[in-house]
Amino acid sequence: MSALRESLGFLTSRLRQVGIFVALILIVLLFQVLTDGILLQPQNVTNLVVQNSYILILAIGMVMVIIAGHIDLSVGSIAGFIGAVAGVMIVHWGWAWWIAIPACLLVGALVGAWQGYWIAYVGIPAFIVTLAGMLIFRGLTLITLKNQQITPFPAELRALGGGFLPDIAGGTSVLEWLTVILGVGATLALVIQAVKERRIRKKFDLENEPMTWFVIKTAFIALLMLIITFLLASYRGTPIVLIVLAVLVIVYTALMNNSVFGRHTYAIGGNLHAAELSGIKTKAVTFRLFVNMGVLAALAGLVFTARLNSAQPAGGTGFELDSIAAAFIGGAAVQGGVGTVAGAMIGGLIMGVLNNGMSILGLGTDYQQLIKGLVLLLAVGFDIFNKNRSGKGGGAAIGKRLKVKPNHGAAADAGRPTGDVPAPVLAAK
Amino acid sequence: MNTPILQMRGITKTFPGVKALQDVTLQVNRGEVHAICGENGAGKSTLMKVLSGVYPHSSFDGDILFENEPCNFSSISDSEKRGIVIIHQELALSPYLSIAENIYLGNEQANRGWVDWRKTNLEAAKLLARVGLSENPVTPVQQISVGKQQLVEIAKALSKEVKLLILDEPTAALNDEDSGHLLDLILHLKGQGVTSIIISHKLNEIRKVADAVTIIRDGKTIETLRLGEGGITQERIIRGMVGRDLESLYPDRTPRIGEEVLRIEDWSVRHPQDHSRMVVNNASLNVRRGEVVGLAGLMGAGRTELAMSVFGRSYGTATSGKVFKHGVEINTGTVSAAIKHGIAYATEDRKRYGLNLIEDIKRNVSMAALGKLVKGGWVDKNQETVVANDYRKSMNIKAPSVAAITGKLSGGNQQKVVLSKWMFSDPDVLILDEPTRGIDVGAKFEIYTIIAKLAAEGKAVIVISSELPELLGICDRIYTLSAGHITGEVPIAEASQETLMHFMTKEKE
Repeated sequence: MSALRESLGFLTSRLRQVGIFVALILIVLLFQVLTDGILLQPQNVTNLVVQNSYILILAIGMVMVIIAGHIDLSVGSIAGFIGAVAGVMIVHWGWAWWIAIPACLLVGALVGAWQGYWIAYVGIPAFIVTLAGMLIFRGLTLITLKNQQITPFPAELRALGGGFLPDIAGGTSVLEWLTVILGVGATLALVIQAVKERRIRKKFDLENEPMTWFVIKTAFIALLMLIITFLLASYRGTPIVLIVLAVLVIVYTALMNNSVFGRHTYAIGGNLHAAELSGIKTKAVTFRLFVNMGVLAALAGLVFTARLNSAQPAGGTGFELDSIAAAFIGGAAVQGGVGTVAGAMIGGLIMGVLNNGMSILGLGTDYQQLIKGLVLLLAVGFDIFNKNRSGKGGGAAIGKRLKVKPNHGAAADAGRPTGDVPAPVLAAK
Repeated sequence: MNTPILQMRGITKTFPGVKALQDVTLQVNRGEVHAICGENGAGKSTLMKVLSGVYPHSSFDGDILFENEPCNFSSISDSEKRGIVIIHQELALSPYLSIAENIYLGNEQANRGWVDWRKTNLEAAKLLARVGLSENPVTPVQQISVGKQQLVEIAKALSKEVKLLILDEPTAALNDEDSGHLLDLILHLKGQGVTSIIISHKLNEIRKVADAVTIIRDGKTIETLRLGEGGITQERIIRGMVGRDLESLYPDRTPRIGEEVLRIEDWSVRHPQDHSRMVVNNASLNVRRGEVVGLAGLMGAGRTELAMSVFGRSYGTATSGKVFKHGVEINTGTVSAAIKHGIAYATEDRKRYGLNLIEDIKRNVSMAALGKLVKGGWVDKNQETVVANDYRKSMNIKAPSVAAITGKLSGGNQQKVVLSKWMFSDPDVLILDEPTRGIDVGAKFEIYTIIAKLAAEGKAVIVISSELPELLGICDRIYTLSAGHITGEVPIAEASQETLMHFMTKEKE
């Protein structure tokens, strides 16, 4: 009983992270029922991944920008613009895909550098610079395309959007074995990594996660990965874009957690003044964040163009809003300093499942937008509600309501809470 | 003449953990200029906030009688209805609105919801004439100087038919000419029957305009001196302000002072917005190995500004002067350059400038020197935890683990995290700005011990503090600053609260 209580206490102290994950699963189950099982059919799961890949790629860069306390409204236009540039390079000029792709990413970096310069070094708020960028790059898209779509693209590029890893069994097996190997391998690696990290945390006395919960969580995630592997393997195997995405998630998670750059990003978003007075080159970090966003927007543009097999004047419209929503649903804070790549991925998937599920049900875009808007509002509202509550009591509010003993972990009773007690010496100058 | 207009009796105001005011009594007579004096943090501003309703009636104990009627203010607008108007140190004007709009802000001259601009500007012009300001009422406030803005504030107060005008450090941001004009205006208004309370550090100004001065120390009324009676010298007032025993204990230390580590020469800093104001003026000072040097000065003397401008030009514009380390001139033009040269600056406002409050202890400790933890391109988080744990133990940071969020720590423990951060950057010179502000007595002693230890390790330490006993207790040498000038350099053997306060209130020659 005490183990259960301990687990519950821990869950409430991590309500946000756990909550968003549970929400994703509930939404999946809901649509699974509503769509009579279509949602989790192998073909649809593959579609889900491919359809949402470019939003997820954008959400990685977006959550980093948001963590630093900025925003980027221009990513949709940049993605569209890069699609147009790719069209001109590959279709009109006949460049090989292996030259065109790096060239497009370079153009993305330059676009990011342009915006980063105005934001970091001139000091114009990112909202304004990227709002201008949204117009500028949409305009450049139309100019580049002369208002007409460019099509078709060669098969090598199209593979980036809709291609799959080769079937090593030559199409004779029910399951696609390469996918099975990759999926099982990734699951094993994840479990080993989780155990290793837990051991290290234990060694430094930082562990506050109950064993029961750790086992449930890890087993659950492993199971989930195996199910997805199975579903993908029983259709056409692993989409190439999923591999791209997986690599990006792993690299950027490491970058945000373990690199000086990532840590400086959190420091800037958490307290800009303190970061400056600690010798962090805040302008350089901001500049690099936007260069990075430009490159990721370019990649998203390439994937999108490859999937449609056409560069279109309106390509990428609205992507910025979906990726911003993904970051915020995934737990990023509007004031900056808080957020994770993994959270943004889950946020993106929630949006993706909502889109996909409602489309299967035949709901029009009118209702889709209405519901997506409400979900965003509720997710962030829940966040703020919970923060306000826990700020007062020093523990998770919902935990108290459920009469669960708050977990005496890291944050709960770290010394005497000061809150916003007016320091009398300060007040009485 | 001697009828009281205001009586405050037994005022006690408590903030969680601290008594800011304790049984304070204040009596102000009708038609006089009454000065309130005291050290930084003595409780002067708190008392005025109690009087003007910033702190509502229910939040303190004691009685306030204004014109023999009890006052139960629950907000500023209540006190303003009775004719009590406070003008804060930081002016509360909206920079883009006109003078007339500012004067009638919140009190618009309106006719059925529509502003009567003719009346607004005409009445404003009359008020400007009363305060002797010859500006067009439609001029935006940001286009006139700070001195004139102060006059606009007074005109605004007059528009509310003020009976008791409270001015909190009215001349702190003004030059000599504007200060003189303002003081004349206060005397002029006195002639028209307006009673004034003026909070000021400038004792010569007090002697010029005030009829009486009440001295507050450590949240208590010490005495009220009648200046008209004669024999009240500046020294007499100073004695009242500082006459406090060295009650807290300080760790014993035997200084082992070595060669000079840091020297600042002819340092001048201008105000970032008002470029005509010299916030620091030709200041020179040095600090040696193993030495603890104090920087004493009253509010607005330029102590923090001096330190922050040296530390990567983090304050001010058109900064000039030279910084030498071990006799060699160094460039401290950016924060990272200053850190590279072994300088650390722990801010006076740790919540705004010192800590990332949403992050944990270890990430704050490593923030200024993350590069030291990099192995093969990645931050070694295990090493980070080890380092932070070491500091947690050696600095006695009270937290369950180094993964505790700093925003939830007490002030003393937060300060220890800030100090840990700077110790990890391995500096030769530490500048500690108000290191014990907002910290309880027990934690203060721990901070003093840490400072003593740093000096014993051969660091050069500069301590900026508003608490004179603290400086006397831990420093080897103390510089005093007044209005941006270094007005004194006192070896600890010759220092007392009186001598320091004398230099701190000294005007430039």
